[in-house]
Amino acid sequence: MARHARLVAQGVAIGLVTLLFVLLVWALATDEGGDLAGAAARGERPDAPDFTLERLDDEGELSLSSLRGKAVVVNVWASWCGPCKEEAPFLEEVWRESRPRGLVVVGLDAKDFRRDARDFMRRYELTFPVVYDGPGDTLSGWGVTGFPETFVLDRQGRVVESFAGAVNSDEDRARLQDAVDTALEP
Amino acid sequence: MRALALVVACAALLAASASAAEPPNAADLEAELVCPVCETTLDQSNAPVAQRMKLFIRERIAAGDSEREIKDALVAEFGPGVLATPRKSGFGLIAWILPLTALAAGAVTVAVLVRSWSRRRTLSSPEAPLDPELERRVDEELARFEG
Repeated sequence: MARHARLVAQGVAIGLVTLLFVLLVWALATDEGGDLAGAAARGERPDAPDFTLERLDDEGELSLSSLRGKAVVVNVWASWCGPCKEEAPFLEEVWRESRPRGLVVVGLDAKDFRRDARDFMRRYELTFPVVYDGPGDTLSGWGVTGFPETFVLDRQGRVVESFAGAVNSDEDRARLQDAVDTALEP
Repeated sequence: MRALALVVACAALLAASASAAEPPNAADLEAELVCPVCETTLDQSNAPVAQRMKLFIRERIAAGDSEREIKDALVAEFGPGVLATPRKSGFGLIAWILPLTALAAGAVTVAVLVRSWSRRRTLSSPEAPLDPELERRVDEELARFEG
């Protein structure tokens, strides 16, 4: 009886340790917090993770995958973020200018109040689609570590270029415009 | 005796209604809610979103919201991760029950193992027989002592 109990206890302990090890390996193997920015900088064009999120500019939801066939600029922002205010007018300008060529700018408002985000959109007269991710669950998949960050995706949904921080210098604006031109290529 | 019980019951009711009517305390709420950016409690954070959340809490308190209503509103915006401790209902209850269950299972396992080990020890080490010469001397000494 005692021997049996001891064997059971040892079996349970070994099973638990094995389970934890398997979970660790699985978590490391399926880690989605990929280095999209690094891969894009190496010219690898990694696939952008899909999302389906509530819209703030309209009713319903928007899926990134529904925009396949168009070039997309994904801008991660929040109303409380200072640099986001600096780049918002430029992104609106890019959207208005390149929309006829097949570009969509998508604002991804995260870790924010919906009401504040809508106030921000009104104040900066944003007309491009904006989706909402209050908890910020999608950010790790994109490797986002701060606000704002911007990603330029080609028509196949692959990351062509990324920007950590505001796109507010002349150099950054020119780089974004070049990336948009590249992304719009058929 | 019955009158005393009635007085005690009334006092308890009054105390309960008084505490229910009392507005929530902003400092208490800030210690129970997490900043979604820096992931520390709001009272420990000066991040812009934490400042905004603190303002929201004060606005809701002034508007007469209960603690539960304020927390629900913040969960609706930032998700359940905004609560420093999981709720004691629904799915959050698992977070409370699981550690206690694991603790109880651990205690039972330890008890079973200790019991089995002590039993084995008793069986494997029976009382050793006394040396006959030594036993004779002990008997002599005892006899002398008693006599």
